[in-house]
Amino acid sequence: MDTEKIIKLDRIVKKFPVGSGYFTALNEVSLEFGRGEFAGLVGPSGSGKTTLLNIIGSLDTPTEGDANVLGKSLIGLNHKDSAKLRNQHIGFIFQTYNLLPVYTVYENVEFTLLLQKMSADQRRKAVLEALEWVGLTDKINSKPAMLSGGESQRVAIARSMVKKPEIVLADEPTANLDSENSHHILQTMKKLNDELKVTFIFATHDEKVMKYLERLISLADGKIISDRMNHTGLKEQK
Amino acid sequence: MISLKLAYRNLTGAGLRTWLNVTVLSFAYVVIIFHQGLIDGWHRQGLRDLTEWEVAGGQLWHPSYDRYDPMTFQDAHGVINGRIPGYVKSKLAVPVLVVQGTAYPQGRLQSIILKGIDRSQSLVKLPSSALAGDSGKINAVIGTRMAKSLKAEKGDYILIRWRDKNGAFDAAEIYIAEIFKCDVPSVDIGQIWVPLDKLQEMTGLHNEATMFIVSDQYKASDTDGWKFKEKAYLTKELDELIQAKRGGGMILQGILLIIALLAIFDTQVLSIFRRQREIGTYIAFGMTRYQVVGIFTVEGAAHSIFAAVLGALYGIPLFIYLYYHGITFGLGDMGLTLAETLYPYYSLQLIVITVAVVVIAATIVSFLPARKIAKMKPTDALKGKLQ
Ligand SMILES: Nc1ncnc2c1ncn2[C@@H]1O[C@H](COP(=O)(O)OP(=O)(O)OP(=O)(O)O)[C@@H](O)[C@H]1O
Ligand SMILES: [Mg+2]
Repeated sequence: MDTEKIIKLDRIVKKFPVGSGYFTALNEVSLEFGRGEFAGLVGPSGSGKTTLLNIIGSLDTPTEGDANVLGKSLIGLNHKDSAKLRNQHIGFIFQTYNLLPVYTVYENVEFTLLLQKMSADQRRKAVLEALEWVGLTDKINSKPAMLSGGESQRVAIARSMVKKPEIVLADEPTANLDSENSHHILQTMKKLNDELKVTFIFATHDEKVMKYLERLISLADGKIISDRMNHTGLKEQK
Repeated sequence: MISLKLAYRNLTGAGLRTWLNVTVLSFAYVVIIFHQGLIDGWHRQGLRDLTEWEVAGGQLWHPSYDRYDPMTFQDAHGVINGRIPGYVKSKLAVPVLVVQGTAYPQGRLQSIILKGIDRSQSLVKLPSSALAGDSGKINAVIGTRMAKSLKAEKGDYILIRWRDKNGAFDAAEIYIAEIFKCDVPSVDIGQIWVPLDKLQEMTGLHNEATMFIVSDQYKASDTDGWKFKEKAYLTKELDELIQAKRGGGMILQGILLIIALLAIFDTQVLSIFRRQREIGTYIAFGMTRYQVVGIFTVEGAAHSIFAAVLGALYGIPLFIYLYYHGITFGLGDMGLTLAETLYPYYSLQLIVITVAVVVIAATIVSFLPARKIAKMKPTDALKGKLQ
């Protein structure tokens, strides 16, 4: 796999102030992700998975080290530029779906496009296409409260995918779903990964998710303890 | 654009709480406009009455005349001189002679002011034509309030006493030829209107007057030694009274507005606290913090727009009804220039200013708690764990 590296993390340290001192959530983490990867951060609770995803998604900044996403250094990026980066290139999927309860399915998906310059026609096409990917075209006028957990998460996937981002970050996307729905969601995401070459990075402890991942990065106490390709044997990277 | 739609959805989605806030705020609109409209209506009515009954286009005073000090009346008169007779002749000025006196209705003693006015005048509404009568009688017209205090009716005779130009007392009976209804107390309370020529004769002040009521066409520069008092000066008392009433009402309106604004503030604080995940999601999807602050500010401020619509729904029919039917207070005897029935007046300016003040105030109280969003860490907001 000699693909272009679109995420480069170099000795990332993240410390959180706790009481009078610091808690080190990430300790010199170096990682690279290529375009089109379907990778996951795994490890016990508190190992730093969410913290690392947040840094990649420019929702948080590292205390030390260098992070470069899509050719942009995240260090010293201002609010406006990091918002633009997220808006145009990064999709998020959350454990709790985080749909806007007052918007319909259609509007939830459309919402992120409203921040971009796009004609109403283009928007409509993109939204319907995204809902088709996740198989929810029959629910476009439903409100989130009327959807099952699996359907809600599919709307969230459509919302993160509608702008055709380079990177999708999914933090425990299946934690609130039963096994059937989990498989459905993962198949949907894998399909999008194959067809659109979107890079997916998961944070999970779910065995079902791990089965789908092509690359597993294990974290413990803020450090990478292993980084291997799945299915293809225990191939250590680097 | 996004924020307007979101605000609308969020507010209608929030149900009862929104409607409570909106209802309270709509009261604020309606009460402010009702009260200010009532005051404006009173002011307009009062100015019109004053103009029609007493002030016309202004007055010319004898230099020592002070309308509030009857002690000045004895000396405050002068010969109708210079160019003024010309104005009187062409009906641009009406001379009035003011004399202090005493009435003795049913044996009681009551201080009065006698005012002599030309019976053919038409500058003020006073029914002076009723002053014309046979030369033996002294015809008089009085207002309803004066009639009440004298216990006099039309056709009654009342004994009055006054001093002539030399200070000698004289007495006669006057005949109440007409009782008029007038909302201007200074034309009514304590006043007895008699023919000017009669009063000049009674006092020996031939061809003299205390003041002139002049028409709008009168040129203020031709005063011939008399002091010109412009309309604004003569209505100052009413203006001040109106200002005081307006100010007093504003305290109540302010309290009502503050209550409504506190409710919005409280809703904003709560909604920002409860919707941290939503805030985190907005930021994750590429809104800047200030755009999110904007969403919440617009949402809070939108209460004031909803309230304006709701207030209009019940306020406009109410205001229209009151505009045509007026409000009857029955406070006519209070010595104020105040009609029994007030017709509120709602100017565009009043409505625009009220709506602007409420919308701006609602925007400010919505913005203040929303500022907190800019200081939130998006990662904490997404966890929904901020305090
Ligand atoms: N804002 C914060 N302040 C202080 N400590 C924090 C903060 N965020 C995370 N931590 C700590 O950093 C460590 C890593 O947290 P993180 O959320 O990344 O773990 P995780 O691997 O995602 O765990 P889980 O599987 O439970 O989601 C934890 O010990 C956590 O307590
Ligand atoms: Mg986590």
